[in-house]
Amino acid sequence: MFAKRDILLAAILLLCEWEIAALLLHSMALPQPWEVLADFGGKLLTGKIVDDIIISGLRALAGVALGAATAIPLGLLIGNEPLLQRRISPFIYLLYPIPHVVLLPLVIILFGIGNLSKIVMIALIIFFQILVTTRDAAKDIHQNYLYSLQTLGATKWQLYCHVIVPATLPKILTAMRISIGTAVAILFFVESFATTKGLGYIIMDSWGRANYVALYSGITGMALLGFTLYLLLDRMERYLCPWNHIE
Amino acid sequence: MIKVEDLSFCYSQKGQQHWVLKDISFAVKTKESCAIIGPSGCGKSSLLFLLAGLLQPVQGKVQIAEKSRCGTILQNFGLFPWKTVYENVALGLVLQKVNKREAKPQVEQIIEEMGLSAFAQYYPGQLSGGMQQRVALARALVIRPDILLMDEPLSSLDALTRERLQNLILNVWQEKEVIPVVVTHSIEEAVFLGLQIIVLGSAPGRIIERVDNKEAGQVGYRQSSLFFQRCNMLRSALTEECNVC
Ligand SMILES: Nc1ncnc2c1ncn2[C@@H]1O[C@H](COP(=O)(O)OP(=O)(O)OP(=O)(O)O)[C@@H](O)[C@H]1O
Ligand SMILES: [Mg+2]
Repeated sequence: MFAKRDILLAAILLLCEWEIAALLLHSMALPQPWEVLADFGGKLLTGKIVDDIIISGLRALAGVALGAATAIPLGLLIGNEPLLQRRISPFIYLLYPIPHVVLLPLVIILFGIGNLSKIVMIALIIFFQILVTTRDAAKDIHQNYLYSLQTLGATKWQLYCHVIVPATLPKILTAMRISIGTAVAILFFVESFATTKGLGYIIMDSWGRANYVALYSGITGMALLGFTLYLLLDRMERYLCPWNHIE
Repeated sequence: MIKVEDLSFCYSQKGQQHWVLKDISFAVKTKESCAIIGPSGCGKSSLLFLLAGLLQPVQGKVQIAEKSRCGTILQNFGLFPWKTVYENVALGLVLQKVNKREAKPQVEQIIEEMGLSAFAQYYPGQLSGGMQQRVALARALVIRPDILLMDEPLSSLDALTRERLQNLILNVWQEKEVIPVVVTHSIEEAVFLGLQIIVLGSAPGRIIERVDNKEAGQVGYRQSSLFFQRCNMLRSALTEECNVC
C-alpha cells in the first residue's frame, strides 16, 4: 500500500499539470484550478453544492447496493450449481455485451422519471459487471476447499458460509470497486434529465449556461464523490478480508 | 475398521472413461495403520477421496465401521486462508454446532498439543509449511476421529521438520487410538508409519505389492537394519514398476 503522503503528492502534481495546461491552452473551456477550487470551496461552505453531492452519492450508493445485492447471490449460485450454470450462463453470454444504457427509455417507462429509474439504471449496469466476476470467482474455487469442508460434514448452507463466500469476497469487492467508476459515469448520464438536483445536473446546467468554472466545480464534486466511494470500498475490503493484508 | 473390496474408479471426461483405480482390495483393522505408496499420478489421491466418501466407487465398495468418524488432510488447499489457526481448527466443531464455550477448551487443547498456542490468531499465510501441516493435523483431530486420512501430509517439508511430524503422527496413532492412513511417495515415511504398506502401480492404479511391516511404531525402528531392508524392498518393487512404464 502507498502512503497518504504519496496520494497527496500525486494530487498536488495533478493540480500543477492542470495549471500548466490551463495557462498554455488559455481557453474558457479549461479554467485554472484555483478558480475552480475557490468556486467549489465557496459552494461547499455556503452549502450550495452539499445537497447535490449527497443526492448524487445516495443515488450511486443505492444503485451499487441494489446491483450488488442481486448480482452476488445469483453469481455465487450460478458458479456453484452446474445445472444453473448450464441454464443461465448462455443468457449472460448474450446479454452482458449489450450496452445497457440504451435501455434507459424502457427503464423510464417501467420506473418513471424519478429517482427510482436513475437507481435502477445504475443497478442494471453494475449488475452484469458484478454478476460475471462473482460467477467466475465462484467457479474458480479450488475443489479441495470444498472437499475439506465436506469431510467435516458440512451442509450446503455451511459450504456457502465458510468457503464459497469468503473465497470469492476479495474478487467481488474488487469488482464493486471497479463498478464505482461506472456508477459515477452513469450518474452523469441519468442526472441529465428530469431532475434539478445532483452533480450531473450541475454539470449539464453550467454547460448550457457556458459557466465553465461552475461546470468544473461539478466535475470536482463528481471526482470527490467517486474517490470517497472508492475509498469506502477499499476500507471495507480491508475490514472484511484481513487475511489478504498480512505482511 | 476400513475394508475396501474390488474397488475400481474412473473419471469420465468428454464421454471418455479414464480408469484410475482397478480392483483394489485391502483392510485395515482398529489399532493398525496403513501407508499407501506409489508413483505420481497412480491414483493415490483418488483412492483417499474414495475412502473419505468424497467420490463414489464405480465398482466395488468401501466399508467403514459404523459410526466411525474420519479426519481428513488433503494434499493441497486444505486449510482456509481466510480463517485464523483457531478458526480453522475449530471448524469441525462449529459445523457440528457444538456451542462455542464447550468447543473452546477442546480446540485450545489440540492447538496446544500441536505446539501452536502462540499462533492461534495467525492466518495460515503467516505460518511456515510445517506449522501449516500441524494446523491441518489439529483440525483433523479436533473431531476425535477414528480414522485419520492423510494425503501426502508432509511432502513439502524439509527433512528435519518432516521427521518431527512423522513422530507426531506416530504419537497420535499410538495415543489416540486412531487408524492413520497415510498416502505418501516417500519410501521411508511409508516404512516408518505403515503397519501395512500398500504399493500401487500406475495406469490404472492397482496393488502391486503388500508389505507387512509389523515393527512400525517400535522404538528405534528408524535406526534399525530391518528398517533399511524394508526400505530397499519397497524401493525395488517401485523401481520395477517404473521400469515397466
Ligand atoms: N478431477 C479429475 N478429473 C479427471 N481426471 C483426474 C481428476 N483428478 C485426477 N485425475 C487423473 O487421475 C489420475 C490419478 O490422479 P491422482 O491425483 O489420484 O494421483 P496421485 O497418485 O495422487 O498423484 P500425485 O502423487 O501427483 O499426487 C491422474 O492421471 C489424473 O490425471
Ligand atoms: Mg495426490
